[in-house]
Amino acid sequence: MSVVHSAPKFASNDGVIEALSSALGSAILSAQEQHGEVLLTVKRDTIVDTLRTLRDDHDYQQMMEIAGVDFPERAERFEVVYMLLSLTKNHRIMVKLSTDEATPVPSITGLWPNAGWLEREVFDLYGVLFAGNNDLRRILTDYGFEGHPFRKDFPLTGYTELRYSEEEKRVVYEPVELAQDLRQFDFLSPWEGGDYVLPGDEKADGPPDVDKPKVTEGPKDTGAGPKAEKKAAEDTPADPPAMDEPGKKEDDK
Amino acid sequence: MSVQLEESPTTDGEVISNYTINFGPQHPAAHGVLRMVMELDGEIIERVDPHVGLLHRGTEKLIEHKTYLQALPYFDRLDYCSPLCQEHSYVLAIEKLLNLEVPERAQYLRVLFAELTRISNHMLNMGAHVLDVGAFTPNLWIMDLREDCMNFFERASGARMHSAWFRPGGVHQDVPEKLLVDIGEWLDNRFFQLFDDAMSLVIDNRIFKQRNVDIAVVSRDDAVAWGFSGPMIRAAGIPWDLRKSQPYDVYDRMDFDIPVGTNSDCYDRFMVRVAEIRQSARIIKQCLAEMPQGPIASEDGKVSPPKRGEMKQSMESLIHHFKLYTEGFHVPAGEVYVATESPKGEFGVYLVSDGTNKPYRCKIRPTAFSHLQAMDMMCKGHMLPDATAILGAIDVVFGECDR
Repeated sequence: MSVVHSAPKFASNDGVIEALSSALGSAILSAQEQHGEVLLTVKRDTIVDTLRTLRDDHDYQQMMEIAGVDFPERAERFEVVYMLLSLTKNHRIMVKLSTDEATPVPSITGLWPNAGWLEREVFDLYGVLFAGNNDLRRILTDYGFEGHPFRKDFPLTGYTELRYSEEEKRVVYEPVELAQDLRQFDFLSPWEGGDYVLPGDEKADGPPDVDKPKVTEGPKDTGAGPKAEKKAAEDTPADPPAMDEPGKKEDDK
Repeated sequence: MSVQLEESPTTDGEVISNYTINFGPQHPAAHGVLRMVMELDGEIIERVDPHVGLLHRGTEKLIEHKTYLQALPYFDRLDYCSPLCQEHSYVLAIEKLLNLEVPERAQYLRVLFAELTRISNHMLNMGAHVLDVGAFTPNLWIMDLREDCMNFFERASGARMHSAWFRPGGVHQDVPEKLLVDIGEWLDNRFFQLFDDAMSLVIDNRIFKQRNVDIAVVSRDDAVAWGFSGPMIRAAGIPWDLRKSQPYDVYDRMDFDIPVGTNSDCYDRFMVRVAEIRQSARIIKQCLAEMPQGPIASEDGKVSPPKRGEMKQSMESLIHHFKLYTEGFHVPAGEVYVATESPKGEFGVYLVSDGTNKPYRCKIRPTAFSHLQAMDMMCKGHMLPDATAILGAIDVVFGECDR
C-alpha cells in the first residue's frame, strides 16, 4: 500500500528490524512493522539491557515517552511502551513489554533520568510497579488518591468527588452522586460489531426467520393478538348512534 | 519549617537552618498550578521537588470514551496557548492509521495556522518570561500582537482559542480570501514594527541579561539524556527541529532555518524563540504565496463530512453525514506514535486503535514533563529568584503537563 498520508516522515525502516533482531537476539519476542512504525516486543526482564544496547550501539539517544496500555482480557494485562528517538539516524522505534499487577518491570532510570516521572505516571495511572525506581510516588492524581484510574475497569466518573463544605470550612470528599446516570452511547451499527442486544430483541426466541416471506392472509396473521381479532370480528352497527349536533340545544325549543 | 541545623563556617559558628518552602501552587510566576517544594540554604536552592498534577483532568481517559472526532476538541484544552499545534499531532496520527490523503490547500492552511499559533504562543511565553524577571512594558506590547493572532483564529474558525479547526482529512472550513490578505499585511506592516520595538527593550537590557545569562546551563549530553525538545534542545546547540528532520504536511517545501543557541542558558532559550518567530513569519509568507486553490478536506466521504448543499440534494451525502456525526468513522487496528514540533517542543500522540470508532488508548506526550523534571538539575546552586527565570524559559503550561 502506497503512503499517501502527510504524517511526519522519518528515515526508512528498511533493514532496521533485521539489524535489531540480530543484535538483540533472544531478548526479542516479536518484531513487526505496521503503519510505518517499527514495533519490538521484548522480554520484560531484559528491558534494561535491550534499551542500553539500543541507546549505546544503535544511536537511539532519546527516550521520549513511556505509555501504559491496559488489556484486561489478557493474562498479563498491562503493556508498557517505550518510544525511542534517534537524533543522528532520524528514526523512531517503539519497544514494548507486558506485565501484570504484581510483577514489577525493571526501571530504566539508570539509563535515562527522565524515565523517573514517566514511570511514576504509569504506576499512578495503571498500577504497574517498577523495580529500581526509588521515587515511585503518585504524580498526576490527588494527594491520598486510591486506585489506578486509567485501568479499563475504573469507572469514568471515579468513586469520590470533592466540594467545599461551608459548615466544616474545608474541602470534603464524598462518594460520587450523579443526578443523572452517565450516558454511554454506543453508536456502533448492530451489524458492524455492536456487542449488545437491541431494545425489544430480548423477547425473541431466536434469530428472525428471514427466508420465510411474511404474509397476512387472514386476521390471525396480522399478529395483532386474539383480543383485537375478536373485536374485529364483531359486526359493526349499520347506523352509528346519532350524535348531538352542536349549536342545536335548549334555545331551539 | 527548619529541616536541619548545622554549624556553618561562614556564620562564625552560628547555627543556621535550611528552609523548606512552597513555591506555588498559587504563585503568579508558577505559570499555573505548579507546586515546588524547595529546600533552601539561605537563598541558594539545594533541592527542588516539583509537584504536578493539580490540573489533571483525565483527558486521556475521556478520549477513550469519545469517538475520534469528538475527542479532537480536548486537544485545544491541553496546551491552551497553542491549541492548533496540539490538534495537528492528533489529526496526523489518525491520518497515519487511515493512510488518508490530505488535499494540498488543507496542508498549506494547516502549516500556515500552526505557524501563526507558534507566533501567538511565543508572544505569551516571552511576555510572561520578561514579566517574571521584572520588565512590564514589553509584555503589554506583544500581548497586543497575540490578540491580533486570536482575531485571525476567530476569523478562520469562529473561536478565538479553542478552534477545533484541524480535522482528520483537512480543516473544517475554508478561510475567506481577505483573511489571507490581512495576515500578509499584518506581517508586513504591523507585526515586526511592534515586535522589534518590544525586543529592543529586552534583548540588550542589562537587568534582563543579568537575570538570564548563565542561568541553568544545560550541557548537550544532559539535554539529550533528559529528553529535551523544541527550543530547550536547540538552545543547547543541537539543531533538532521536527519540522525539518521529520517533515509533515508541506513543511518539506518550506525554506526556513533552525536557530540554535551557543550557551544553553535561559537567555539563549529566549533568543531561540525570538529567532524562531522570524522563521515562522518566513514560513507564513511562503504559505501565502504558494497556497493553491482546491478542496480543504479529504474527498473520502467515509471520513470527512459532505458539504451542506450536497446534503440537501443527495441521499448518499445525508447518510454519510448522519453516520459520521453519530457513529463516526472506523480506524483500522494498529498503533502509531506521531510527534510534531509544537511551539514548546515535541508534542506526541500515541494512538492505539482496535478497529472501532473510538480510540482504545490515546497517550499524549506533553512537552513540559521532561523539561519540568529537570528543574531540580537546573535549579541546583542557583538563587531563589532564578527559579522563576528558569521556569519562564522552559515555557510550561499546565493544561498540557497535567492533561
